[in-house]
Amino acid sequence: MSAATLFGVCAALLIGLGLYGLIASPNPLRKILAFNFVGSGVFLLLGSIARRGAAADMGGDPVPQALLITGIVVAFSATALAVALLLRLAAVTGSATLAEVQPAQVHEHADGT
Amino acid sequence: MNGALNIALAALILGLAVWSVLTREMLAAIIGFVAYGLLLTLVWVQLQGIDVALTEAAIGGGLTGILLFGAAARLRGSAAAADAEPAPARVRWLAASVSAAVSAGLIICVFSLPDPAPTLAPAVAANIAVTEVGNPITAVLLAFRAMDTLLEAIVLLFALIGVWSLAADRVWGGRPGPRPVPDPNGMLTYAARILPPLGLMIGAYIFWVGADYPGGKFQGATLLAAMWLLILLAGLADAPRISRPVLRIGLIVGPLAFIAIGLTGVLTAGSVLAYPDGFAKPLIVTIELALLPSLTLVLGLLLLGTPERSDEQ
Repeated sequence: MSAATLFGVCAALLIGLGLYGLIASPNPLRKILAFNFVGSGVFLLLGSIARRGAAADMGGDPVPQALLITGIVVAFSATALAVALLLRLAAVTGSATLAEVQPAQVHEHADGT
Repeated sequence: MNGALNIALAALILGLAVWSVLTREMLAAIIGFVAYGLLLTLVWVQLQGIDVALTEAAIGGGLTGILLFGAAARLRGSAAAADAEPAPARVRWLAASVSAAVSAGLIICVFSLPDPAPTLAPAVAANIAVTEVGNPITAVLLAFRAMDTLLEAIVLLFALIGVWSLAADRVWGGRPGPRPVPDPNGMLTYAARILPPLGLMIGAYIFWVGADYPGGKFQGATLLAAMWLLILLAGLADAPRISRPVLRIGLIVGPLAFIAIGLTGVLTAGSVLAYPDGFAKPLIVTIELALLPSLTLVLGLLLLGTPERSDEQ
């Protein structure tokens, strides 16, 4: 089995694993972590496809590789936004869960204390 | 030999990922994620993507790891409460079957990929001479697919606006993060005095060689941002007020220069983001140089998060 196929299979398993964490973890921070595993699995799959496109003295197809760099940076910015939303949720409601929040509770702390 | 190494690497990253997703301890899960990111860097080297390996090490494992660590530390009490009530068994079974189906489908796709694989490498090799840069990844990022890179720089700004807009009204325009508490004799302070000059040099080097060898503005900017964050973490400096005009100008100078050069291409080369003959490399280096401070600031500020205190308090 070539490195590209091996890590392609590995990527498929990582995506499944991340998806499981995303659905089954009750903790939102765990969901963000799992979302990052899904993302890195997708990147790895694209990377293994790029490796298969090796030609013209290049170790891999540079176009998907360049898109991967863009993708990794954008995934970081999405994670940062998700974490900021979660921290704000915790600051406003006093708890970092996705359970139903009573409207009155939100009002009380809405000034950000 | 390489085959055994690859199998060991694949087993290690899968094992770390399983542990990270299933362990009950939040901090342990994040440590697993950071270790996973570092091992993934080796996988990228094995897949001949050195530029991607540098980005993964700097951003995928490094910055994302710090971000999650910070969040976990601040949510410690409430996150433990959320962990106490796991999802019902039927939800877990359903999630497991959905995930297994997705993985199985993807594995079938991996084994039925077209052979020979479609590739744009010959097209890049045929046209790279025009751009005068030696690194094919940089040629793709800033010449052949420059639009993607421009939009990415703008997406980062949008994400930062999103993070900032979560600030409570009374601290709008204030500083993110807790007030620094300097510890003059601490190890962190020592590191924050010794490392930044080295980090600056290595960051500038990685940025500069990116034109011809693996490296570039994203990897360089991440290192510079890391040095800045180290100084802030050690309490040697305070995070900037987000309303500072200098900061705002620094954030938009890169994307603006990129857009300006892109639009000039309409007049000089007949199309948006096209470079006139003979000027490709100087223009690419100019764009990268303008993006470097903007990316450094935006990555650092995304990590610092929402403003939490104003100077009057």
